Amino acid sequence: EFRRFSLERSKPGKFEEFYGLLQHVHKIPNVDVLVGYTDVHGDLLPINNDDNYHKAVSTANPLLRIFIQRKEDADYSAFGTDTMTRKKNVLSNVLRPDNHKKKPHIVISMPQDFRPVSSIIDVDILPETHRRVRLYKYGTDKPLGFYIRDGSSVRVTPHGLEKVPGIFISRLVPGGLAQSTGLLAVNDEVLEVNGIEVSGKSLDQVTDMMIANSRNLIITVRPANQRNNIVRNSRTSGSSGQSTESSLPSSTPNILANFLQGEEESDEEDIIIEDSGEPQQIPKAAPTSESLESLTQIELLHESTQNGFLPSSEMNLNHSAGSISMEYEVQDPDHKSLEEDGTIITL
Amino acid sequence: MRRFLRPGHDPVRERLKRDLFQFNKTVEHGFPHQPSALGYSSFLRLMAIGTRSGAIKLYGAPGVEFMGLHEENNTVMQIHFIPDQCQLVTLLDDNSLHLWSLKQHSGASELQEEHRFTLKGPPGSPPSATQITAVLPHSSRELLYLGTESGNIFVVELPSFRVLEDRTITSEAVLQRVPEDYCNRRLCELVEALREHPKNPEQILIGYSRGLIVLWDLQNNKATHHFLGSQQLENLYWQRDGSKFISCHYDGSYTQWPVSSDNRQPEPLENLVPYGPFPCKAISKIYWQTTKNGLPYVIFQGGMPRASYGDRHSISVVHGSQQTAFDFTSRVIDFFIIFSSEPTAEFDDPSAMVVLAEEELVVIDLKTAGWPAVHPPYLASLHCSAITCSHHVSNIPLKLWERIISAGSKQNIHYSNMPWPIDGGSNIAPDPPQRDLLLTGHEDGTVRFWDASGVCLHLLYKLSTVRVFLTDADPNDNMNTLGEDEWPPLRKVGTFDPYSDDPRLGIQKIYLCKYSGYLAVAGTAGQVLVMELNDEDAEHVVDHAEADLLQDQEGYRWKGHEKLKTREGPVRFEAGFQPFVLVQCQPPAVVTSLALHSEWKLVAFGTSHGFGLFDHQQKRLVFVKCTLHPSDQLALEGPLSRVKSLKKSLRQSFRRIRRSRVSSRKRRGGSGNASEVQEANAKFDQDALQEMELAPVQRKIEARSAEDSFTGFVRTLYFADTFLRDSSRHCPSLWAGTNGGTVYAFCLRVPPAERRVDEPVRAEQAKEIQLMHRAPVVGILVLDGRSTPLPEPLEVAHDLSKSPDMQGSHQLLVVSEEQFKVFTLPKVSSKLKLKLTALEGCRVRKVMVANFGSCKTDDYSENDLAVLTNLGDIQIISLPFLKLQIRYPCIRKEDVSGIASCVFTKYGQGFYLISPSEFERFSLSTKWLVEPRCVVDMPEVTSNNDVHNKSGVENAVRKS
Repeated sequence: EFRRFSLERSKPGKFEEFYGLLQHVHKIPNVDVLVGYTDVHGDLLPINNDDNYHKAVSTANPLLRIFIQRKEDADYSAFGTDTMTRKKNVLSNVLRPDNHKKKPHIVISMPQDFRPVSSIIDVDILPETHRRVRLYKYGTDKPLGFYIRDGSSVRVTPHGLEKVPGIFISRLVPGGLAQSTGLLAVNDEVLEVNGIEVSGKSLDQVTDMMIANSRNLIITVRPANQRNNIVRNSRTSGSSGQSTESSLPSSTPNILANFLQGEEESDEEDIIIEDSGEPQQIPKAAPTSESLESLTQIELLHESTQNGFLPSSEMNLNHSAGSISMEYEVQDPDHKSLEEDGTIITL
Repeated sequence: MRRFLRPGHDPVRERLKRDLFQFNKTVEHGFPHQPSALGYSSFLRLMAIGTRSGAIKLYGAPGVEFMGLHEENNTVMQIHFIPDQCQLVTLLDDNSLHLWSLKQHSGASELQEEHRFTLKGPPGSPPSATQITAVLPHSSRELLYLGTESGNIFVVELPSFRVLEDRTITSEAVLQRVPEDYCNRRLCELVEALREHPKNPEQILIGYSRGLIVLWDLQNNKATHHFLGSQQLENLYWQRDGSKFISCHYDGSYTQWPVSSDNRQPEPLENLVPYGPFPCKAISKIYWQTTKNGLPYVIFQGGMPRASYGDRHSISVVHGSQQTAFDFTSRVIDFFIIFSSEPTAEFDDPSAMVVLAEEELVVIDLKTAGWPAVHPPYLASLHCSAITCSHHVSNIPLKLWERIISAGSKQNIHYSNMPWPIDGGSNIAPDPPQRDLLLTGHEDGTVRFWDASGVCLHLLYKLSTVRVFLTDADPNDNMNTLGEDEWPPLRKVGTFDPYSDDPRLGIQKIYLCKYSGYLAVAGTAGQVLVMELNDEDAEHVVDHAEADLLQDQEGYRWKGHEKLKTREGPVRFEAGFQPFVLVQCQPPAVVTSLALHSEWKLVAFGTSHGFGLFDHQQKRLVFVKCTLHPSDQLALEGPLSRVKSLKKSLRQSFRRIRRSRVSSRKRRGGSGNASEVQEANAKFDQDALQEMELAPVQRKIEARSAEDSFTGFVRTLYFADTFLRDSSRHCPSLWAGTNGGTVYAFCLRVPPAERRVDEPVRAEQAKEIQLMHRAPVVGILVLDGRSTPLPEPLEVAHDLSKSPDMQGSHQLLVVSEEQFKVFTLPKVSSKLKLKLTALEGCRVRKVMVANFGSCKTDDYSENDLAVLTNLGDIQIISLPFLKLQIRYPCIRKEDVSGIASCVFTKYGQGFYLISPSEFERFSLSTKWLVEPRCVVDMPEVTSNNDVHNKSGVENAVRKS
């Protein structure tokens, strides 16, 4: 069954309230449910905290599709950023969990128990020999935990092979963020820090740049071990139409702009304590007449960004503060027949 | 997206930027680092100094200076002016000769290198054959005689440097008529000295290092006289009339030789060891100057008894019964005597002695009884005690300026009144537009006040804070108090004294209020002194207070130095800045920031533990705030313990190596045989060694956290009258920024003037901002409603600034090492930011608001931020929009001390140390430029054979 209701876009409120609202609308006050939504790429993503709830609201264009599953029979594998790249119909997945019965999934924990610690981004626009890794420092007490050193690498230049100075990862601290991700390794050459090329910069400069970006560090490396590279085939990410071949250094600047834009805004804010009161985040001074709330909201949204791309719609959100309508569907596990019928809800 | 909009889009702004900003390194102030050669032209009255880095600097009248740099950056060994020319020749340690000239170009003279030349011997000859040891520019202005290590003298033509081979004076030719027995004993070896006959340009005196001296006739190409010296020769000097010359020797003796036509091989007239009879050091240079009264001045360098005074750097002046051995603070590079140079004059009549020592220039007045020193108008030794900090104050009111000068003149009474004797050239630069003071703090607890208005950085006044404290040094310990019949009659001259009695006295921060004459000075042991300018000597008690910055924190132990002990009772202070309040921080850590508000009569100070505010009117501590993180042990322990802990960790690591070596031996010792153990040990040693050698330089990448060390270190303090609590009422406030990216704001209640003495000043913390990137806060600034930085205290009261706009909303600019951020006030919300480190990898080291005027119109000026980064670049960033305007490379990034020493002025100039003794002055402004512009008169160049008469006439003409 599905229902449709509207929500104030500029004031989505808290996730708890929203959850309560859903239970109320469906008259299932004591049933634990799993809430999900489809983002612009068609991925089914969970809603289980304020961050991703706000994110979800921001992606509404103007409709937001919400899926509700009873918790005990929820299909966790349906969630995830890669659901899209599997090129499968997410909705049918959700609705027909029997598709997955052949390879039963080990449920580790609820998605909300995790925070992202790292991600490989811009896979589609980088040369295959490079890897762009984003380390999420916020929310964890783990140290970044790596060291860099000077070194030299061999480059192919118009004049043939040339030895050039470079910056390399020299050590990973056991238990640190860098090591735990498995995405960085000793002797990986650092090519860029948050989109800025490091060539021509000294070790100290690169150190300072990394520390200055430590809250949201994006390092592009040339891994020392090239055997684990992502092998690309036709299944490219839908978010960018660019082919691998085009991602030569000359094309990087505009691509970097793509994620730097998000980085600029997602920079966490300073804290103020007024008159020895409670620490608060310092809001951004409104350049126009926009309300303060909508701006704080933007920040929260950005924090929840799970990969390097930000849907373009979120930049527009604060300008079009208004109400959005929502459409959602409740999957009632008691009505298995419905699922088996393969009812696909079109909106 | 801001950063992708590269500046350069707005052509109007671009044009304006060209009218506002321009980077120039304009002049070097102070004393050249590592001087290596000295030259003087009595004709031009210019002095030249060469350095080990290949620089050559010319100085004349105050404001007349030129600088040149040899491309090779080799040590300048010798400098010789070409007689009666605006030219000089330098000899470098790579044996190359360089001809420099002063040429007039658009009204001003410029120093230019004209030619360079390296003497080449015949193929196959050893390099010593052409290694130049002595240079004689001949008075004909056309020839240069070059004495070499081989003993040959080459003649080259000027300015072409063409070798005239037929004129070469070979040692064989010289030795032809030397007696056999003398010749057998000694070879000629290298040419030590070449001197032209003062009356007869056709004769030159050649001195060889083994002692032989020959008078050579250039016309007939033969030796006319042989003087058979028995001691190794150091130098030669002709007496004015050419009837005698004097030679000085390695054994500390000097010898007078007669020159007459009847005796071709005369015996010495007199042979003297002035500081004998025990072995003496060499006399390396000597002057014999005649006077009207008949008693000559004999002036010589060195010659001290080896055993007892061999370590002294001395020059002795002997005039009749008067004899003084001037004892210099560092090695004497060279010296010259200024005497009557007119050929018509009968006597030398020396007037001054100019001595270039390694660390300072000393000029002695030989005309005035007692031979006092002359106060040099330039070449000040900035480093007479190491510079620990600098502070620049622009546009000093005339009244204060005069009072400082008068205080300084009372300190300079022991100097000679003689006008500066090196007075060649004329300064044609416009008068400096304003009076600027540069204050330097020194390691020995002194503050020096320099006139930084013009090209000559001149010492106005020296302030010592030492008198307030009890130190180990005995003030009566005076080196100059020598007994009457002390021998040798040494007299200390010069001010260079790098040895600090007590490093705790070192000055770390200075703040001068130019309107009120209040001065705050803070030092290494947590001492903060507030001073007032007094035109008279005075004796008074200095009020003393202690500021316990650790207040509520318990269980800490300071392991650094102790606080300074203060002198009990009244202390006598000389006229000038006299301290009336002393605040001592506890623990006595180095004061890292200081601010003075002369209108509110408040002084704020910060250390690595916290900061405090002191009311110097009521002499009462208003409040202290501890900024120390409870877990920050390093900051607490003080600077010494860090060294200790490093030592400790080194020791531990060695112990670890040793221990593991032992254990590996044990492990294997049980079962394996001895050779195996040895092998293992050898391998271990090798591995350990390799590890040590190959340990790469690596840098840890870690986000800053609140637990980092030294986060509580207070980096900046700032007073502002602004809207701190609500937008309707502004109030005095104190802002503090720490190393951990925290900004504290305190709301102050300063009672109105009529109740200022009775009511206490109150303070209350109003805000605390934590920058999430946690980089050290290096600057805090409040912009008024027109986005103009708030004026200095009392600036408005003195009608020198418009009142700040209190109608519009104020903004707070926080500069951290990594970012610039603008916040709104009173409600703090972030408005703008500029990231520096995240994008460029450089960090802010120094920041200052500077006013830039347009060179095109007088009615436009704007305020911008001048920023120096840790890479040595200077960036100008606009206010209030934080847009990068322009960037100039200024200091090498490896030059850490240069970057640390940089100060900006309020009008877009700056200073930084290029050596311990020299400030480089630079300008970012098109309007405010202080650079030398001077002219040196060119004599008419004629090819008259009678050189001496001609130049004499010219001289007379020039002087009249």
